[in-house]
This record gives sequence, C-alpha cells and structure tokens, in this order.
Amino acid sequence: MGAISLIALLVAAIAFSAGGILVGKILVKGSSNPQKGQAYECGIPTDTSPWHQFNVGYYLFALLFLIFDVELVFLYPWAVVVKKIGIVALIEIIVFIFILFMGFLYAHKKGALKWN
Amino acid sequence: MFSLEGLTAMIQNWLAANFNPTMILVLQCVIVILLAITLFAVLGLVLVLMERKVAAHIQIRLGPNRVGPGGMFQTVADTLKLIMKEGLTPDKADKLLFNLAPFVVMMVGMLLLAPIAFAKNFQIWDLNIGVLYISSISSLSVIGILMAGWASNNKYSLLGAMRSGAQIVSYELSAGFAVLSIIVFTGSLQITDIINSQENGWWLFKGHIPAIISFVIFIIAVTAETNRAPFDLAEAESELTAGFHTEYSGMRFALFFLAEYINIFIVCAIGATLFLGGWMPLHIGHWEGFNHLMDYIPSSVWFMGKTFFLIFLIMWFRWTFPRLRVDQLLNLEWKYLLPISLFNLLLATVIAIYGWHF
Repeated sequence: MGAISLIALLVAAIAFSAGGILVGKILVKGSSNPQKGQAYECGIPTDTSPWHQFNVGYYLFALLFLIFDVELVFLYPWAVVVKKIGIVALIEIIVFIFILFMGFLYAHKKGALKWN
Repeated sequence: MFSLEGLTAMIQNWLAANFNPTMILVLQCVIVILLAITLFAVLGLVLVLMERKVAAHIQIRLGPNRVGPGGMFQTVADTLKLIMKEGLTPDKADKLLFNLAPFVVMMVGMLLLAPIAFAKNFQIWDLNIGVLYISSISSLSVIGILMAGWASNNKYSLLGAMRSGAQIVSYELSAGFAVLSIIVFTGSLQITDIINSQENGWWLFKGHIPAIISFVIFIIAVTAETNRAPFDLAEAESELTAGFHTEYSGMRFALFFLAEYINIFIVCAIGATLFLGGWMPLHIGHWEGFNHLMDYIPSSVWFMGKTFFLIFLIMWFRWTFPRLRVDQLLNLEWKYLLPISLFNLLLATVIAIYGWHF
C-alpha cells in the first residue's frame, strides 16, 4: 500500500481513542463537586499557577539537541551512499564530525552540559 | 501451518478478482484500520500482563492470579474498570490541548506501525525511506507529552513533561547514531532491504564490534526514550506522583498508559529489525542443514520472538537498575553515549568501506 495507508492509520488512531473516550462518557454518570476541578497537589489546596518560569537548563539541552539532530539528518543520505563512494566519503565525514565535535567540546568547556 | 506470508497475497488476489481499483483501496484501508486497532488492543492487554508477570517472577511472587487462568484476563478487568471511571478535566486546564494530547500520542504510535515488517511480505507500507520515517515520526511523541504536561496546569505534570522532553530529545540522538551505523552497512533505508541484507547472518553478529556497541547504545537509548526505568524520572512516582499524566483519569489515562506500552513494542520491533534480522530466521554462513531447519519456523514467530525478547530485556532492566538523577541522566547521554556513538559510526564506516564485515 502507498501513502494512503498513513491516512488509514490516522483514522484508526482517532477512532480508537475517540471510541474509548466516548464509551466512557456514555457509561459514566459522574457527580459534580467543586473540589474535583482542582489541580492535584497531594491533597492541599492548589497554590500559585505552574505556568511561570522554570529552569533554563532544559532550554540549553533543547538547543544542543537541535544542532546534533540537524547533523543526524545530514548523515542519513551520506550513510546510504558511503559504501559506493568509499574512502572519500569517509574523509569528508571525519572532517564534518571533527568540526561538530569541536563545537561539542566548546559547549562542554563553557559548562552548557552542566546541570544546576 | 500457521503463516502470514501467503495471507496478504491471497487477500490481494481475492480483492483484485472481485472489485474495481477504488473499491480495492477502500477495502485495503478498512483492513488496515481493523488490523491496527486489533493489534493495539491485544498488545496493550498482553504487554501490561507481561510486565506484571515478569515483575512478579523477578521478585519471587505470583503476580496477578485471580481473573481467569493464571490471571490471564487481569488486564481486561482493569480496562473495564478504567472505562467505568470518570474522565476529569481540571478547571484551570487548557481544555483543547488537554483533550488533544492523548490523541497525538496515539496517532504517533499508530503511524509508526506503517513500515514495520511483521512477517515476510506482511507490511503495511514498505516505503523507501523507512528508517528515516521511523525516526522522524517517533520524535513527534515528545509533542504529545509536552502538550499533556503543559495543558494540565499542574506542577507535577509540567515538571514531568519538561524532564521527559529533555530526556527524549537527548537520547534520540544516540539512538539515531546507533541506527545510522547499520544503515552504513546496508546502504539502504528501506526496511525490506535491511532485512534481506541479513539473510546470511544478523547484523549483530555480522557487523563486528561496531554493531555490538550500536546495539547496546540503541537498547539504552530506547529504554530512556520510552521513559522506562532506570530512566523513568519523568514519572518518578515518589517525587512527581505520575509525571505528565497526573491529571488524566479514566479512558484518557488508559490511552497514555497504552501508548507507553505500544511505544515499547515499536522500538523493540525496530531494534529486532535492524540488529536481529526482523523476520529473518537464524542463518549461519554455510551450514545448509541448520539454515534449512531454521526456515521451518514461520517468519512471524521469528519476528515476535525477537521483539518480545527485547521487550523482556527492557522489563528486566526495571528491576535491576536503580533510577538515575536528572543530571546523571543527561551526563550519561551527552558525555558518554553521544561521543561513543559518534566514533562508533566512524568505526562502522571503516569496516563497511573495506568490507571487513562478513
């Protein structure tokens, strides 16, 4: 099958999830209670919203990930043809990885990989 | 004999004989939808029970043993219970994203089924960029998790989602590099080509040291990517109650729970395909008699056997290693696995170019 199978799979996912949730909705009566709508915080009343600043460390790792993920995407076409091209492709990729590795070492030296 | 090989051809022939092209396409879609939903339901039931039985076995206890023979229908009972539960939405939650998140997670799981070869000639779509497709779709799962964590408006959820996001994107890199070293050997991204290239031996055995290193890195990385222990600090129950799905209840929770197990199945299936030859029987060089004997075992049994072996391995980890701290987790990836997998890729390239593999 071609690309249409992806649409079929998407339909399957939506049907499966929606079906489950709908059956639950139909079967369950439920009761209303103001406490039920509260966010869970181990039983004590909810205090302050969680939607505020959080550790910048996650952002740094996301940036680093972006760099290396782009590298990974570049490497896919290379990996397919490397056997045909041979030693030239190997030298090229050593240069490529060397430059990126220098960047990685720089990030490491700057302390971007340290968690505080 | 039980075999799926002839089944697809039989169905195709029957469809071609009886219907016009448009109708065939529609019927094929219906078959795919039904099969995918059945597979999801069965996998959920089997894997949850397997997890509990494996845990019980390792801890020398019985595990679920009340519902059905040997507790076989325990998960069915649990699912019924979850259907009967009320699905709550917190008042302050972002309603749209909160309700959308389980769908996103399920969609990612479903879409990943497309290129997996369950048996010989038994594959939904054998696209020529199979491995690239898998790695691109599987990186979408982090969006569903972040959506759920953010929309819940709960501190535990948000923290769990952020941790899980950082963890998944980090370990995706070394998983990607581990996969790449196999691509270097095969020179094709198509799943069928990768499996056919392992006819005279699986890459784990053929590819020398780099393949073994890749396999180990791949297993570690996918354990982290699926948020399994020892990398389960996204839902470290002693600190974050349940991580990103703290606020979910009823069927929506069940969907997240199911998606987690489906993801384990899918990454193990990919690992089995790349490193252990997918549905390819165990063949050793020129041992004709042995190879012939192995061919008698159906390909679907080989595939499922390998996949469930890897799943068992990942379940085993949970009861063997203590949970890592968040800085240890990121150190392991960025300071050890990533550099090692980069150099391993170069090593694999050298071996592939000079043809030193078997």
